Amino acid sequence: MNSASIGDFYAEIKSKADAKVDALKEKPVVWIGTATCGKAAGAMEVKEAFEEAIKNSGLDAEVKEVGCMGYCYAEPLVIISKPGFPDICYGYLDEGLANRLVEDFLMNDDPCFEYALVALETNDYFPTFSDFPRGVYEEKIILEHCGFIDPGDIDHYIAREGYASLAKTLRMQPEEVIREMKDSKLRGRGGAGFPTGVKWETCSMAAGEPKYVICNGDEGDPGAFMDRNILESNPHQVIEGMIICAYAVGASRGYLYIRAEYPQAILRVKQAIQQAREKGLLGDSIMGSGFNFDLEIFQGSGAFVCGEETALLSSMEGKMGIPQQRPPHPAVSGLRGKPTVLNNVKTLCYVPPIIRKGADWFKSTGTPESPGTAVFSLVGKVNCTGLVEVPMGTTLRNVIFDVGEGIPEEKGFRAVQIGGPSGGCLPESALDIPIDFDSLQEAGAIMGSGGLVVMDEDDCMVAVARYFLEFTQHESCGKCTFCRLGTRQMLDLLTKITKGEGELSHLEILRELAEDIKGGSLCNLGKTAPNPVLTTLRYFKDEYEAHINKRTCPAKMCPDLIVYYIAPEKCSKLCNVCVGSCPTEAVYTREDGLKAIDQEKCVKCNNCLKTCPPEYNAVVKLSPPELLKEKEGNLS
Amino acid sequence: MKLLEREKEIISNELQDIVDEYQSKPENLIPILQKVQDKLGYLPLPAMEKIAQALHIPAVDVFGPATFYNQFRLNPPGEHQVKVCMGTACYMAGGSIAMESFERRLNIKEGETSPDRKYSLERVACVGCCTMAPVVVVDDEVEGSVTPTRVDGIMLSFEASDGEKKQEQVEGPEKEQREELEKEEKSEPEKKEGE
Repeated sequence: MNSASIGDFYAEIKSKADAKVDALKEKPVVWIGTATCGKAAGAMEVKEAFEEAIKNSGLDAEVKEVGCMGYCYAEPLVIISKPGFPDICYGYLDEGLANRLVEDFLMNDDPCFEYALVALETNDYFPTFSDFPRGVYEEKIILEHCGFIDPGDIDHYIAREGYASLAKTLRMQPEEVIREMKDSKLRGRGGAGFPTGVKWETCSMAAGEPKYVICNGDEGDPGAFMDRNILESNPHQVIEGMIICAYAVGASRGYLYIRAEYPQAILRVKQAIQQAREKGLLGDSIMGSGFNFDLEIFQGSGAFVCGEETALLSSMEGKMGIPQQRPPHPAVSGLRGKPTVLNNVKTLCYVPPIIRKGADWFKSTGTPESPGTAVFSLVGKVNCTGLVEVPMGTTLRNVIFDVGEGIPEEKGFRAVQIGGPSGGCLPESALDIPIDFDSLQEAGAIMGSGGLVVMDEDDCMVAVARYFLEFTQHESCGKCTFCRLGTRQMLDLLTKITKGEGELSHLEILRELAEDIKGGSLCNLGKTAPNPVLTTLRYFKDEYEAHINKRTCPAKMCPDLIVYYIAPEKCSKLCNVCVGSCPTEAVYTREDGLKAIDQEKCVKCNNCLKTCPPEYNAVVKLSPPELLKEKEGNLS
Repeated sequence: MKLLEREKEIISNELQDIVDEYQSKPENLIPILQKVQDKLGYLPLPAMEKIAQALHIPAVDVFGPATFYNQFRLNPPGEHQVKVCMGTACYMAGGSIAMESFERRLNIKEGETSPDRKYSLERVACVGCCTMAPVVVVDDEVEGSVTPTRVDGIMLSFEASDGEKKQEQVEGPEKEQREELEKEEKSEPEKKEGE
């Protein structure tokens, strides 16, 4: 191995990439976000509109696809870079706005600030990220390049120091790489928070050939989409992390396990692997160092339990994804019985920056026990949904109210569900806890994969607990009795409670079952499945009691405990929207012209409430249903 | 649901090639099932039996994974596929209301295909468009903020587009398929196994 030749190799591909990217700076470029979220919002139509308008204008400009910046609420998004102007980002694009931007900005130098969201470079005219609360709290390590580079072109990544860490790694001894990773105290971002360096060390010392590196991209949590986003927006950072890991542990083969539900991520990664091979960054003698490593994609078939490493390995061997007893850990005996490192997409993404900038740099962010950043997908009842990367130790309040800009329609905050189906629901009082692996565990939730679902006063906590339990119950692989049958029992009890058939003794049974399932399950699916129920019981017991004692759903969400009612004093005789909106013809016009609902026919679809014009607001939900008699009694 | 002629042909002619492509290794069962489902749209029983034979493993070792993973479907997809998202954000915003509306309009339950193979209704976990909740994926197009009124609109657009198609239709595999189906007796929709 010759370290000078590795340096030359890297310098050569870097200068080529720089030349290519610099050439783009000479002319206007429209960068359009076309990750799955952008496409769903209509990015492809916007892209066509730009291309058409640019063609008609005769300008020498380019339209390029990039991934997602994480500002999902404002999709479709574009960034326009034009020589002489700062790069400016525009949101809520449609075909009309695309035409206008081409005409006014690209042709006539008017940047249309009224439609701009943010400028990317400091300038005299328009605020940048750091002028918004979101920019102040966010610190991007793994999402740094997402949305700013073309994921389909390896040169864009290389031009931003991509694969520099690999060049550095190949000139280090494997033990040095592992020491650096251990020093950095990076903890696995898949949810459990196991120290990554220790995992690598165990694998490097284990006997057996060949060794494998697997990237776990089986993101099954409903409400979490950061792995998808990273794979779609910056696949090379994951690949670089995998090659570095392979070098450190002495692996020769790697797999990216990606859900088949993410077709675009699979496509992007396939392209990326191909391009890395062509550049000599994958395959035989990487960068001329004599180190061999190659990658393949394995498409996961959609089973939540396959996020668990032993289950993932059995699914790769063509079997059902059922977890196995540990030890032996996969690092010692994994795929086909050989030593295997399994890391989450996000964990691997941290590797290149850590190697490039050093463990001390990494530890300067976050808390002493959980250094670095945390990535959340912020969804639910919050204004600015999207992907957020903040230092560990930031409070949930900052994330929800500053980065997410609070709850829409000025409604009250009820709870935040963190960590997906294995996590918990935390109330207002927990908002000031600094987020890291250990503090969340104390509060009864887990870091998990980073789903953050915000709920407001209209969300029923019992129904939410039931929803998550229904999910884990369905996804339980069936191996452990407690998980298989216990979650079923819990689900039945919760269903009874949401129907108003619950008894107070059920709460005690729920708690007992929860403890037994936690103790009697092999893998983390079972160990954490009761968390949503336990945390809601702990923080929102009054809601359970209201369902049981008063047959009332305080949030008016459980269909069996509410009725729809049209208040005659508010109803306008002249309006007919509710009658037209009803899919079952339950809403009818009475003899006196007012509207009313036939409760026998009503399916509680909420349509009449949504369509009733705001100036009347005549449709209301009543809970408990008995209130209806009272109201109707008053009337007659 | 009975197999179509076209499906029988694929099963008898092409399955062996797919298995050979993966060196007949049982380890590659999942990619094989994925490929077969790509071809047929679902995994009919005779196809799974044939795969088991070709791999020299008991049929139960094919049924197991095929029923274990959410990706594999055991009944045919409809001409129009409706997938209702039941991710957390969609559930909170009324995903179950959208599901119920489709069940009522299509007269089938979640996970079923209508007997004329025209519609199929599925639930999916998060499609990653949480900001547009509740979301329904209709024939690969994402529809956001779906209310019962929108469900009626989607159904109307199906009926309108099918009307146009009928007029344009000349001879073709689709016609053949429909004729074949018309010959079949109307059977009850099959329930997805394991649910």
